[in-house]
Amino acid sequence: MAARAALWNDPRLRAALFQAAVIAGVVALGAYLVHNTLVNMARQGIATGFSYLDREASFEIGESLIRYTPADSYGRALVVGLLNTLLVAALGVVLSTVLGTVIGIARLSRNWLVRKLALVYVETLRNLPLLLQLIIWWDVLRVSAPPPRQAWEPLPGVFLSVRGIVFPVPVYSPVYRDMGIAFVAALLAGWAVVWWGRRHRARTGRAVPTATMAVALALGAPLLAFLAGGAPLAWDWPTLRAFNFAGGLSLSPEFAALLFGLTAYTAAFIAEIVRSGIEGVSRGQTEAASALGLKRGQTLRLIVLPQALRIIVPPMLSEYLALTKNSSLAIAIGYPELMSITNTTLNQTGQAVEAIALMMAIYLAISLVISLAMNLYNRRIAFVER
Amino acid sequence: MNGDERKAMIELHHVHKWYGAFHALNDVSLEVARGEKVVVCGPSGSGKSTMIRCINRLEEHQQGQIIVDGIELTADLKQIDAIRREVGMVFQQFNLFPHLTVMENLTLAPIWVRKMKRSEAEELAMHFLERVRIPEQAGKYPGQLSGGQQQRVAIARALCMRPQVMLFDEPTSALDPEMIKEVLDVMVGLAEDGMTMICVTHEMGFARTVADLMVFMDGGEIVERAPPEKFFAAPESERAQLFLSRILSH
Amino acid sequence: MPPRAFGWMRANLFSSVGNTVTTLVALYVIARVAWGVVDWGIVHAVWTAPGGRACEAASHGEGACWAFLREWYRFILFGRYPYFEQWRPLFVVLLFVALLLGSCDRRLWGMRIALLWGAGLAVNLWLMLGGVFGLTYVPTELWSGLPLTLILAIVGLALAFPLAIVLALGRRSRMPAVRGLCVAYIELVRGVPLITVLFMASVMLPLFLPEGTTIDKLVRAQAGFVLFYAAYLAEVVRGGLQAIPAGQEEAADALGLGYWRKTRLVILPQALKIAIPPLVNIFIAGFKDTTLVTIIGLFDLISTASNAITDPNWRGFYVEAYGFIALLYFVFCFFMSRYSQALERSLARDRR
Repeated sequence: MAARAALWNDPRLRAALFQAAVIAGVVALGAYLVHNTLVNMARQGIATGFSYLDREASFEIGESLIRYTPADSYGRALVVGLLNTLLVAALGVVLSTVLGTVIGIARLSRNWLVRKLALVYVETLRNLPLLLQLIIWWDVLRVSAPPPRQAWEPLPGVFLSVRGIVFPVPVYSPVYRDMGIAFVAALLAGWAVVWWGRRHRARTGRAVPTATMAVALALGAPLLAFLAGGAPLAWDWPTLRAFNFAGGLSLSPEFAALLFGLTAYTAAFIAEIVRSGIEGVSRGQTEAASALGLKRGQTLRLIVLPQALRIIVPPMLSEYLALTKNSSLAIAIGYPELMSITNTTLNQTGQAVEAIALMMAIYLAISLVISLAMNLYNRRIAFVER
Repeated sequence: MNGDERKAMIELHHVHKWYGAFHALNDVSLEVARGEKVVVCGPSGSGKSTMIRCINRLEEHQQGQIIVDGIELTADLKQIDAIRREVGMVFQQFNLFPHLTVMENLTLAPIWVRKMKRSEAEELAMHFLERVRIPEQAGKYPGQLSGGQQQRVAIARALCMRPQVMLFDEPTSALDPEMIKEVLDVMVGLAEDGMTMICVTHEMGFARTVADLMVFMDGGEIVERAPPEKFFAAPESERAQLFLSRILSH
Repeated sequence: MPPRAFGWMRANLFSSVGNTVTTLVALYVIARVAWGVVDWGIVHAVWTAPGGRACEAASHGEGACWAFLREWYRFILFGRYPYFEQWRPLFVVLLFVALLLGSCDRRLWGMRIALLWGAGLAVNLWLMLGGVFGLTYVPTELWSGLPLTLILAIVGLALAFPLAIVLALGRRSRMPAVRGLCVAYIELVRGVPLITVLFMASVMLPLFLPEGTTIDKLVRAQAGFVLFYAAYLAEVVRGGLQAIPAGQEEAADALGLGYWRKTRLVILPQALKIAIPPLVNIFIAGFKDTTLVTIIGLFDLISTASNAITDPNWRGFYVEAYGFIALLYFVFCFFMSRYSQALERSLARDRR
């Protein structure tokens, strides 16, 4: 007859007890910390709770996407900071992807000089701390840049000075809205054309240059709308007034430094991701495609790129997340994003715990969204295997 | 008629290839007639794979002439494309496209290179899938198949382009022993149907069954060429004797 | 020109019209930049000067002021550490570098290297802090520059490592409570920027402790580092654990080893070996991230350099100062990354 295991040796019981002990320990530690915190905060006369978010902020914010005055609440200030973070992150993601892809492909160029120059770029930027790079960009833009009167003009209308970078922008006209509508319509029509072309080829074997047609549509329709509306092209040209430029779109040195610094740094990492993605597709794939008679362009489009993208996209999304988190370094150069504004808030209200917890929650939410996107992508495109 | 006079399907005349300082192919000359089956054997590093990869321009030869079905192989892209349409290749590592189903693997080239209609291409693909005896796998992905099945799909994929010549680069070397037979059976069937074949392989049983000509290579040169009966029974060169004694000992 | 070189140039630089144009443009750009650097750094540079104004005058604003670095290099490297005791942080730096170089040799891996590191860290701690055995006490507020950076990085990762192993093992545990806690910790920490964790440590840690106790600012920053990097290291260790074939654990179970023995003797040694190259990469990232402590008021290399630039007597030598510390960071990080790549190759060879 089999003997019953001694109670003490029953693995399930032991596991349950162990877990209970762990949870009890964590809860006890948590309670201890919370208790100390409350005592300390009471002693220092710091309030608790999130009601401070409704109080008047009474500090200035240099750049904001929405209207903000010092009379607005801390809550609104936080929103301003969040929007600034998202703005820098969105622009940074787009620019660094473009730059990174170019450099990544340059790393695989036939030209030895181009390969080595790309390598120098990647190795230099990856081996220097990001904060140092941001500070260098900021100093270059702030200190070495000329005063507005002697601003540098690399392109007509674009001025670089100590006050930042200023671009000419077209004055808004209703025709632009029509152009936008035309563009969207053209995109939809173009997509329909491409879809039809694919079906046509499947049915008859003859290819129609639908891609070119779609591109022509996307470019031509807005152009037609533009011309039909009378071709309004009034520019808001930056002009020098007293100590600064007026008109046009201006970027502060802080914003420019943050954007360029983050872009250049992240592009170096993206370059490596793109390079290893393309190299990661085994040579046998290109050989098999060539042996079947596929031309270089077809091989790239049908065989290499689909497989390379599978390797590239997950680490790319991680880089985007890293870029968003790295934008918090803006606190060191004075751009008012989420971290900076949280810092000012907690300095003024003294409610460090709430402010920091709120900020961390927001960053965490952004991270989770990107992780979710990554998981969805991975699940959809994974190679089907046994 | 032109076709009868030009007997050779593939001609190599004094072909040389270097990798840097390494002389990979040394004065290689070979003629393969239409319908002939040539088996190339030799120790590793002897240039066997290099030679057949030169035939469809996966490698470039630096000296000598390679002529396939009357078309000379040069740097001219048009001629290379024309040759690749007529020459099918089966790789040691299968090289199936993992992101496409078996059916899509087979129909890809007929649709994009021979501009076939999709329905025609799929009919063709099913025909060859039945030929290699796995028609039920058409909707699966390569990752879901065994090694032997994958290689048979690779053979079908090459056949879908209706090549005049089939090149095999050690097709069974990456397979588990119990799957080698199913692939060799397909290759024997192809041979019996009259396909011109050049096969690099260590499978001597297959060679004895199928080959019209045995070519032994070593150190980048063709050391010996003879019909299989003569080659296996009485190899002339010492190197061939050494090779055969090693490979046939187990 | 030897024919081989000529052929190489033909293939790699001038193979087509487009290629040739690119090569010429690139050569032109490189030449301009190189000339500019040489002109600024050597031709017009000033090597000795009594003060910043004089230095600028001597170089006509066109050249580097190396006199600035000769005057300030000790401050940039060692910061506010008492001038006559600076041999101590120098020794600390040298000892760390020696230990790092020694750890590269795989033959030393194992218990011996761990003990060496333990002894080294203790010695360095004593050297920096002093107060016993004949060295004068130097409070942590005065620790700055390169030794501070090295201490933050090395001690940070040394302490994060055991925590990371616990987290990684916990994440693979079959007990849901343990696994849940570990996953929550790792995902939370990896979802926020390091600066927020440092802020949390710097601002909130004093609130967490009972009334009256104070923690050193350096210790707070170090704690933030440890908590942050433990999560990243845990993911790397988890990768190593996952890479071990399942048969290893089964064989250990079949032999009757308990959980802890099995983990210690069979699983962890193999997992850690696989995990070492990505581990080195995290160390490099950690080394670069030590710069963030400048934001919470610790005096690392960026702070010392910034301070040197704002000295009234020697104002505005940004390029020299930042160039100097950039060089330091680059040398460390570049050689560590080269080592990590070489290590990865040699470990991959072993496994085949």
